[in-house]
Amino acid sequence: MFTKLLLNHYEAAAVILSGIGLANLLLQKNMIKKIIGLNIMDTAAYLFLAAKGWVAGREAPILLQDINGEWITRVDTYVNPVPAGLVLTGIVVSVSVTAVALSLTLKLYEKYGTLNIDEALLAMTEEQKIHEAISEHANEEIAI
Amino acid sequence: MNLDFIAYNTPFISIFLMMAAAIITPIIPQEKRLPEKFSCLCIFINIILSGYLVYFLATAPENIGFNYPVGHFPAPWGNELRAGLLEAVLALIFCVAMFLSVTGNFYDTVNEISARRRQILSVLINLLTAALLALTYTNDIFTAYVFIEINTIAACAIVAVKETGGTIRAALRYMVMSLVGSGIILLSICLLYGLTGHLLMQYMRLKISELVKTGMYDLPLLVSVAFMTSGLAVKSALYPFCFWLPDAHGNSINVSSAILSGLVLKGHIFLIIKVFFRVFGLDVISALRMDIVIFILGCAAIIMGSVHALKQSNIKRLIAWSSVAQVGYIFLGLGLNSEIGIAAACLHIVVHSLIKPMLFTSAGGLSNMAGHNKNLHDLAGTFYLNKSAGTAFIVGACSMIGIPAFAGFASKFALTAASFESNLMIFAVAALGASSLLNALYYIPAVLVIFARGKNNNLEKIKLPLSFHVSIWIFIALNFLIGLAFIPLLNLITKGVSVFG
Repeated sequence: MFTKLLLNHYEAAAVILSGIGLANLLLQKNMIKKIIGLNIMDTAAYLFLAAKGWVAGREAPILLQDINGEWITRVDTYVNPVPAGLVLTGIVVSVSVTAVALSLTLKLYEKYGTLNIDEALLAMTEEQKIHEAISEHANEEIAI
Repeated sequence: MNLDFIAYNTPFISIFLMMAAAIITPIIPQEKRLPEKFSCLCIFINIILSGYLVYFLATAPENIGFNYPVGHFPAPWGNELRAGLLEAVLALIFCVAMFLSVTGNFYDTVNEISARRRQILSVLINLLTAALLALTYTNDIFTAYVFIEINTIAACAIVAVKETGGTIRAALRYMVMSLVGSGIILLSICLLYGLTGHLLMQYMRLKISELVKTGMYDLPLLVSVAFMTSGLAVKSALYPFCFWLPDAHGNSINVSSAILSGLVLKGHIFLIIKVFFRVFGLDVISALRMDIVIFILGCAAIIMGSVHALKQSNIKRLIAWSSVAQVGYIFLGLGLNSEIGIAAACLHIVVHSLIKPMLFTSAGGLSNMAGHNKNLHDLAGTFYLNKSAGTAFIVGACSMIGIPAFAGFASKFALTAASFESNLMIFAVAALGASSLLNALYYIPAVLVIFARGKNNNLEKIKLPLSFHVSIWIFIALNFLIGLAFIPLLNLITKGVSVFG
């Protein structure tokens, strides 16, 4: 079993990293730390894809010439280009998601002065209580 | 199969049209609400196109559907869309529900948000429609992942489009849960790609059936299907993962709630159906025991969603919790793990994506009469001020309870009938019966409240524009159409499911 783990050490590292990322995303209170956790998790997936996509002894999938200037068209010269494409697409997606999450965090900080969602909830319920008290007071005055 | 030009290109054109519309919308001038009208127009064109595709596939002599290659590479390498009867019906319903929720709340967005934000809202609506259509038609699992993320971004932004503390907090919570979901989905896709070497669903399935025969890959397959299911379940708010939903759907403006509850959840659920049916195959799913897990969670969602809804005093949060229960019905149908169960689940997707936007739109119309108050006791007597909205709310409530002749009855009937062919029948019927009772327990008081002529000082009659009334009555008409004549629709869906795999 350990020989398999050693053979696939990149994949094992990817699994550990994604676990760390997921735990951070779920358990951290601070939004910035949550977003860092998200990025670790995504990076783990890219590491996994890159490790799976690489075959030792093969070249990047760009057409090569041999010594005589002939184009090498044998398939086993090159690695599969799809995993690299997936990683690139994944990076684009993860950047845009991170941007949206960060901008929402910024808005949260502007409103409540905190990066913690639970603290924001407390501040919000207090705000509501004050608001309700004011409106009840106004109603009483109308009744009088 | 003989294909004509329009029907063949509909899947691509409808996605491309909405993506292009999302790019063009920011440069349209803001006068006379042109951006919103433009996105309505694009969705309307999509309704016509999808309607034609449904007509074409339903009347075609052999309705096996077709694959549409995107780009120049042929099948095992390139990207593909697939359109069959099931996809076409769902795309049509999604477009109709989207169009009616936008037009029905057309008056409301003016009161709630500024012109600049309305423009952004129409961009987001276009993006959401594109993502939904892409999730419906795509045959490539990585394309599905990309559109899941587009869906996530647009859905979170649409929650926060009116910028208050509550909506931003809800959007952030929604975002975190969605990101957990999509991270797990990405891992599952990587695993599946590593196992099968394909991204197109039918080729993945061929490889997976070979892998299952060897018997050596049960654990990796189980891990990948469990990751995929739980990731998509987080996004579609299956019960234990649903606590973000009431905040997000209850705090946002009416048009966002209608779209989120009615449509955004459904795209992800349909992707689960696709993964179960087309990537793994029902026999592999049942060998890996995933169907049982889905069934139990579905039953729990049905009961717990209703129990939480009982506790709500805010009408939008009540409807939002009822969505959790309704998502449970769909998963219950999936958990039966038979073609007829999946057909019933798809019928419930159709029914729910028409009723939930109607309920949210009518609740918005009612609360408009009570000075934008959303508390149930503030809505007393609003029926008399806004009869269209009141009628729609009653129709929606009856439908959710499952009274015959209303649309909700159709899907409950189909689900019960499907459960008779399964050995889980007793649990399914018990859950369906209990939840009908619970639905009645929270919807009937809500209906009674809007009829109550009491001392309610903050009521004032506001005349709502024609667009609201027309959309609401179209919703009601569609509801009765499905409720009274659901057999042809169910036949259509069953035919679609039979060629889906």
